[in-house]
Amino acid sequence: MATSTTAVPSAGPVAGSRSFLSRLRDGDEIARLITFLFAASVVLITLLLVFELWQGSVLPRHKFGFSFFRTSVWDPIFDQFGALPFIYGTLVTAGVALIIAVPLGIGAAIFLAELAPARISDTLEFFIDLLAAVPSVIYGLLGVFIVVPLMREYIQPGLKNTLGFLPLFQGPAYGVGFLTAGIVLAIMVIPYIISVSREVLLSVPRDQREAALSLGSTRWESTWKVVVPFARGGIMGSIFLALARALGETMAVTMVIGNTPTISASLFSPGYSIAAVIANEFTEATGAMYTQSLIELGLVLFILTFVLNGFARLLIVATSQRGAGMGHT
Amino acid sequence: MSPRLRWRKFVSGFMLTMTGVCAVVAVAVLFFILGYLVYHGGTSISWNFFTKLPAPVGETGGGMANAIVGSAKLLLLATLIGVPIGFFGAIYLAEFSGGTIAFVVRYAADLLNGVPSIVIGIFAFTLVVQPFKHFSTLAGGFALGLMMIPITLRSTEEFLRAVPRALREGAMALGASKWKTISTVIVPAAYRGILTAILLAFARVAGETAPLLFTALGNRFWSPGWNQPTASLPAMIYTYAIAPYEDWHRQAWAAGLVLLGLILVINIVARAILSRGIAVPRS
Repeated sequence: MATSTTAVPSAGPVAGSRSFLSRLRDGDEIARLITFLFAASVVLITLLLVFELWQGSVLPRHKFGFSFFRTSVWDPIFDQFGALPFIYGTLVTAGVALIIAVPLGIGAAIFLAELAPARISDTLEFFIDLLAAVPSVIYGLLGVFIVVPLMREYIQPGLKNTLGFLPLFQGPAYGVGFLTAGIVLAIMVIPYIISVSREVLLSVPRDQREAALSLGSTRWESTWKVVVPFARGGIMGSIFLALARALGETMAVTMVIGNTPTISASLFSPGYSIAAVIANEFTEATGAMYTQSLIELGLVLFILTFVLNGFARLLIVATSQRGAGMGHT
Repeated sequence: MSPRLRWRKFVSGFMLTMTGVCAVVAVAVLFFILGYLVYHGGTSISWNFFTKLPAPVGETGGGMANAIVGSAKLLLLATLIGVPIGFFGAIYLAEFSGGTIAFVVRYAADLLNGVPSIVIGIFAFTLVVQPFKHFSTLAGGFALGLMMIPITLRSTEEFLRAVPRALREGAMALGASKWKTISTVIVPAAYRGILTAILLAFARVAGETAPLLFTALGNRFWSPGWNQPTASLPAMIYTYAIAPYEDWHRQAWAAGLVLLGLILVINIVARAILSRGIAVPRS
C-alpha cells in the first residue's frame, strides 16, 4: 500500500495500467476500512452500553436479587432499595396511555389510509409527523400548566361524581398523578400509532378491499372485517412501539406524575415511574449502592424497551411483506 | 331499502365519521400546542431573553442567553459525533458490506435507537462524567451525539440504496473506482436525502432533556470551554416549569416557544428539501 502510493506520483496520469489500477484498488480498500471502522463503532457503542448497565448495577443485583422488583422500600439512608412502586407507576401510566391512544390512533389511521383523499391524507400525515417531533419537555410544560389544572378543577371531580363508585376514581383530586401522566403520555404516543398503522393499512392489497365491496359489504364492513384484520400484525406492532415509547418516556411524566412512590388502586393518586426516579435522584445519589440501584432501574427500562421494540419490528415487517407478497400474485 | 341494510349503512357512515373525528382530534393537538406556546410565550419573549443571563433567584427579569449558547455548543458537539459515524457507517452498509456484518450493524443501530433517552444519559454519565469527575458540555454533547447516530445511519443508508443502479453502473463502466463512484456520483445523487436525514436527527436531539440532566447538568452562568456544566434550553424549560416562581414560568413558556419554533422550522425545511429532490422511498 505505502510503496505503490509513493511510487506513482512521478509517473503522472499516463502511468502503466497496473500501478494505476492498484492505486485505485488501494483507495477502495482504504475507504472500505475507514467506513468499516465507523460502522463497527456503532456495534461497539451498543455493546458498551449493555456492558456498562450490567456492570454498573452489580451491587444491587447481588444484594437484592429478585426482591429488588418485589419490595417497595426505597431508603437510601439504610441502603434498602425495592423498585416495586416505580415499576407499578410505569406500567399503570403506560396502560392508561394505551387505553386512550389505541382507539384514537387506529381510528385516525383508518381515516387517513382508507377514507381521506391522497392529498388530505398526506397533509394530515405531515402534521402528525410534526407532532411526533415535539420534544417531551414541551409536552411536560403544557402538562404542568394546562392539563394538571384542568384535571384538578374539572375532570377529576367530574369522574368522581359519575364513576366515583369505582376504586379507580377515588381519593382527593391533586391534579398530578397516574391518570394525568397517562393522558399526557397518550397524547405523546398517538402520532407513532397513527404513522405506523397508516403505513401498514396502505400496504394492504387493493383486491382485498375490492373483493369485500363486490360481495356487498359496506365501506365500513370492508374496512373493519377485511382490511384491519389483514393488517392486524402491523397494527399490533405499532402499539408495541408506542408502549416502548411510553415506558421509557421521562420528562413529561416526571413533570406531572407527582413524584411520590405509592402503590394505589386510585388513578388520582400521585405516583412515580422508573424514568422519573432516575431523572430526579441520579445526580444527588450518594454512595455506590444508591447510584447502582438507579442504574439497575435503567437496565430494567433498557430490557423492557429492547424486547418490545424487537417484537414490534418483527410484526411490522412481517405484515408489510405479506401485503407486498399478495400484491404480486 | 330493507331496515337491515339501512342499519348497516348507518353503522358504516357513523363509524367512518368517527374515524374522521379521531384524525381531526389528533391533528388539533398540534395546533393547541402551538397556540398555547405562542399565546403564553409570545407575550413573555423579549430582547432580554436572548441577551441576558438568568436573574438571581427571587429577582424578576433576566434571560437565557447562556442556555441558548449552551444548547448551540451541545448540538455542535453532538453533530460532530453523530454525523460522521452515521454517514460513513451508512456508506459502509450501503456500498461495501456483506450480509452478516450489515445485519449486525443495523441491529445494533435499531437497538440504540430504541433505548430510552434517560438510559443514554446514564451511559454517558458512567463513560464521560465519572472518569473526569465532573459534569461537562462534553458529556452532554456525547450523549446527544449517541442519539444522532442511529437516526442518521439508518436513513442515510436508505437514501444511498435508493440511488438508481444505472448511475452506479455508468460510473463504473467509465472506469471509476468504487470510492470515486461513491464520492462523486452516489453521494451527490443522494445528498438531499442525506441532508434531510441529518436535519431530522438534529431536530430530534435538539429538544432532548433527559440525557442532559446528569451530563451537562445546568448552570446559571456562562460556561467557558467544554469542561464545565452548562445550561441548555430544554433543561432550563424543565427547571423553570417546576419552580414555584411566576416569572420563571413566564420564561419557561418563552423558551418553549423558541425551542419548538426551531424544531418545527428544521423539520419543515428538511421535508421541503426532500420533496424537491429525486423520488426516494420513505425510511
